[in-house]
Amino acid sequence: MSMAFVVTGLFLFSLLFGASTGKMAHVSAAALSGAASAVELCLSMVGSLCLWNGVMTVLERSSLGFYLGRALRVVLRRLFPKGGQDAETLTALSGNMSANLLGLGNAATPMGIRAATRMAAGCGGVASNELCRLVVLNTASVQLLPTTVAALRSAAGCQTPLDILPAVWLSSLISVAAGLSAAKLLERWVK
Amino acid sequence: MTDLSSWVIPLLLACISLWALREKINVYEALTDGAAEGLRILLRIFPHLLALLTAIAMFRASGGLDLLTQWLRPVLEAVGIPSETAALVLLRPFSGSGGLAIGSELIATYGPDSTIGRTAAVMLGCTETTFYTIAVYFGAAGIKKLRHTIPAALVADIAGFLAAAWCVKWMF
Repeated sequence: MSMAFVVTGLFLFSLLFGASTGKMAHVSAAALSGAASAVELCLSMVGSLCLWNGVMTVLERSSLGFYLGRALRVVLRRLFPKGGQDAETLTALSGNMSANLLGLGNAATPMGIRAATRMAAGCGGVASNELCRLVVLNTASVQLLPTTVAALRSAAGCQTPLDILPAVWLSSLISVAAGLSAAKLLERWVK
Repeated sequence: MTDLSSWVIPLLLACISLWALREKINVYEALTDGAAEGLRILLRIFPHLLALLTAIAMFRASGGLDLLTQWLRPVLEAVGIPSETAALVLLRPFSGSGGLAIGSELIATYGPDSTIGRTAAVMLGCTETTFYTIAVYFGAAGIKKLRHTIPAALVADIAGFLAAAWCVKWMF
């Protein structure tokens, strides 16, 4: 619903600004070229997006996916001492995190929801500290290979779409660390 | 740096398929299944891209985007974020496809290897659609009282935007 306001606002402001600056011809042409550019963008992204999704699926089905999940359990037990005691919640949590790391958002969300539902049982509709932590972890995306962004860059003619990897990893870590610290600080004040 | 990163893709493809093949996994089937899933992802985001890229192109042509950027310029420049990314910073927490549309505009306009293009790419890579994720998770779990979730998640977003700008400046 919020996007309805964003789009209507953009259309309305374009009309008003276009009228006041006398650029209506440009605005009109931009409407059609903007639509065409969406088609171009998708066509130029489809190759690398599908390729990466394929590679990540191979990873997920191999033992590498299993090792990733096992390594994550060590971290997850610390982050979720209460939820982590339940074996099924822990499985869902590690599935959620490894799918996030592999950039398979479609697989990550159902497993994350499964973990959240189990952790929310008996909370009476109030988010527990661990639930907040789970959502913060999921809103701060940590990805081994940011495949959609890489596809975007290749679509724009970039020869080395993955040269931003170290920057993405470091920024993701900083973002997650900041989010988790903020949650830790705030959980004492917000009842 | 550029030399090393050109090794990443060929090396990944070769090693991963070899590893999976050794475990008797049908690499070809997994690859094509994943590719089919990629096509579904694209089909799902295309309508959003169409709507938003049209609206953003109009907004840019009318001079509105320049005005918005001008307002936010002092704030963003003060903390070291390129002011051209203002619209991305504003829209990203609310809409994944909207952030993607603006990011792709920035990358196409300024070039994927420019500071602005790289910053936009790293920003997209290190943040998520915060409000959508919160709605999905807490909606499914039946949580009504969110407590400190939104401020904490927004702190993560802001830290991600800042870190993206600083990392690109420092590494390239």
